[in-house]
Amino acid sequence: MAYDLEFERPLAELDKRIQGLQRKGDRLKADERAQLRSLEQQLEERTRQIYGNLTRWQRVQVARHRDRPYTNDYIKLICDDYFEMRGDRRYGDDRAIQGGMASIDGKTVFILGHQKGRDLKEKTECSFGLTHPEGCRKALRMMREAERFHMPVITFIDTQGASPGLEDEQRGISQAIAENLEVMPRLHTPILSIVIGEGGSGGALAFGVADRILMLENAIYMVASPEAAASILWRDSAFASHAAEAMRITAPDLLELGLIEQIIPEPVGGAHRNHLEMAETLKAAILENLAELERLPMDVLLEKRYQRYRNIGAFATEPVKAGSGSNR
Amino acid sequence: MKDESQPALPVNSQNGNHPETIPSVAVSARALPDNLAVKCPNCRELLVGKDWEKNNHVCPRCGHHFRLSAEQRIELLLDEGTFEELAADLIPTDPLEFVSRSQSYRAKLEDEQAKSGLKESVVAGTGKIEGLPLALAIMDFRFIGGSMGSVAGEKITRAIEKGLEDHIPVLIVSASGGARMQEGLLSLMQMAKISAALARLSEAGVPYISLLTDPTTGGVMASFASLGDVILAEPGALIGFSGPRVVEQFMHQRLPKDTNTSEFVLAHGMIDAIVHRRMLRATLAKLLRLYHNAGRSAVIG
Ligand SMILES: [Zn+2]
Repeated sequence: MAYDLEFERPLAELDKRIQGLQRKGDRLKADERAQLRSLEQQLEERTRQIYGNLTRWQRVQVARHRDRPYTNDYIKLICDDYFEMRGDRRYGDDRAIQGGMASIDGKTVFILGHQKGRDLKEKTECSFGLTHPEGCRKALRMMREAERFHMPVITFIDTQGASPGLEDEQRGISQAIAENLEVMPRLHTPILSIVIGEGGSGGALAFGVADRILMLENAIYMVASPEAAASILWRDSAFASHAAEAMRITAPDLLELGLIEQIIPEPVGGAHRNHLEMAETLKAAILENLAELERLPMDVLLEKRYQRYRNIGAFATEPVKAGSGSNR
Repeated sequence: MKDESQPALPVNSQNGNHPETIPSVAVSARALPDNLAVKCPNCRELLVGKDWEKNNHVCPRCGHHFRLSAEQRIELLLDEGTFEELAADLIPTDPLEFVSRSQSYRAKLEDEQAKSGLKESVVAGTGKIEGLPLALAIMDFRFIGGSMGSVAGEKITRAIEKGLEDHIPVLIVSASGGARMQEGLLSLMQMAKISAALARLSEAGVPYISLLTDPTTGGVMASFASLGDVILAEPGALIGFSGPRVVEQFMHQRLPKDTNTSEFVLAHGMIDAIVHRRMLRATLAKLLRLYHNAGRSAVIG
């Protein structure tokens, strides 16, 4: 796998030298063999160092990396059984959202999430992970099924946002998102959301009202994409990196703000370097969190979920001057 | 980076109609001395300030509904002297220490507060319409485009909680470009917070009326504005998830002029009625009466 992000240039150079030596195979001399070992060690150290000090904008690049594992990759690697459920039973099947009944360590759950698509064909088919109203409604259908059969719901979030097309407006993208936001707080089964890549705006939130929200180490979650925020607040989308810094969109930022519960560490060099290792870490985190959530009585779970959101907000109070405000 | 890893979402997604890019009618009206005359942005007619005000800030020639401040909205809708403000002491902070183009959010808030005379974009409280009580929250577009940050979310939630506590209907008047960028994800989460409170209201059997005014878009439209038991809109308002320019950019084609308007959402089954401003108070009174009597007859019957 190539190192093709801009900040990975030192890694790309080391990698090139390593590959040059490896190509010699059996013809490697003893000193070359030592050199190879040293280069490999350097590569790992440099990767650790660079990935340990990513800026917010660099994290955006990692979260959007084209080799990053997507929802379907995790489903394949985590679940021992899976039946995909399709369609919203109203209009169509939105491939931007995929999911179904699955088994994790022998336990049945509902698992669903955004699918961005790997190659151009798949990307087009699933609208680059931009949710249509049907995706929201399909997810809602699955969540109601999960509730009926007391199966926990696991959602994977990975989208720039909901789809802004004419047909989305015609078929009620706002209504579809809003309905999920109203139903999820009262869903009588545990909900666990994991931001695996990008969490963008309402198209992410519609799948992310949960008992707990976990984020992969290099995932981001934001009210608007850095490009959109930059074009509004800086009047120029070229300032996306500034917007990314200002908006506090990384997992450590959001843990500090109290908006997420846990950060799931990624393999050295990011989740895209080692899908299997990432999936194993993720699976362990899912099982651990589900076990804790399932221990809670339903009324306690729902009250905690409600309070989790009720308490979000940063404001102050100021004494009100007599006569101002009311009864004008 | 190879651009195949970049989704094809237009840059302004969700926020092409963000408050900070929408020209403010209030500003252009204020540019004329003492509101003696106002130019209608729709038909360009020069309107005499007094006539225009008497006409509820509606253009007598073309029917264009100008934006109202929260104070004007209260005057229009509620029985005189019945409004009591809730959570008036809440003020915004700068939780992210946000700076854009060398202006801090804190400084921007001070500017906006001085300019509008408001502390935030939402006024909440209780009042009566034709003698029937309700809890309400009104968004004021003048304050950072009615954008929803922590204070707006909290005030709206408190209005819903007041409705729940006193078992009185809740009215939310929306006028907003969506979530406020400067409070980051805290703003987005207000959508979830308000919707969760509305779910409780709904379960308790307390009615919620959503009134959409110009503009209602983004995260506001994609949450509480779309959750009313009854949803009303003023005529000709910009209403939708994405702004029309964003949709056009995304679709790579010119769209019909009424895309994402009140008329568009009515035609697509998203709202119950478009109500002219002069009929608004009477329409709300009718709805309040219908809900009020439903409860009573159920008890008696
Ligand atoms: Zn006019």
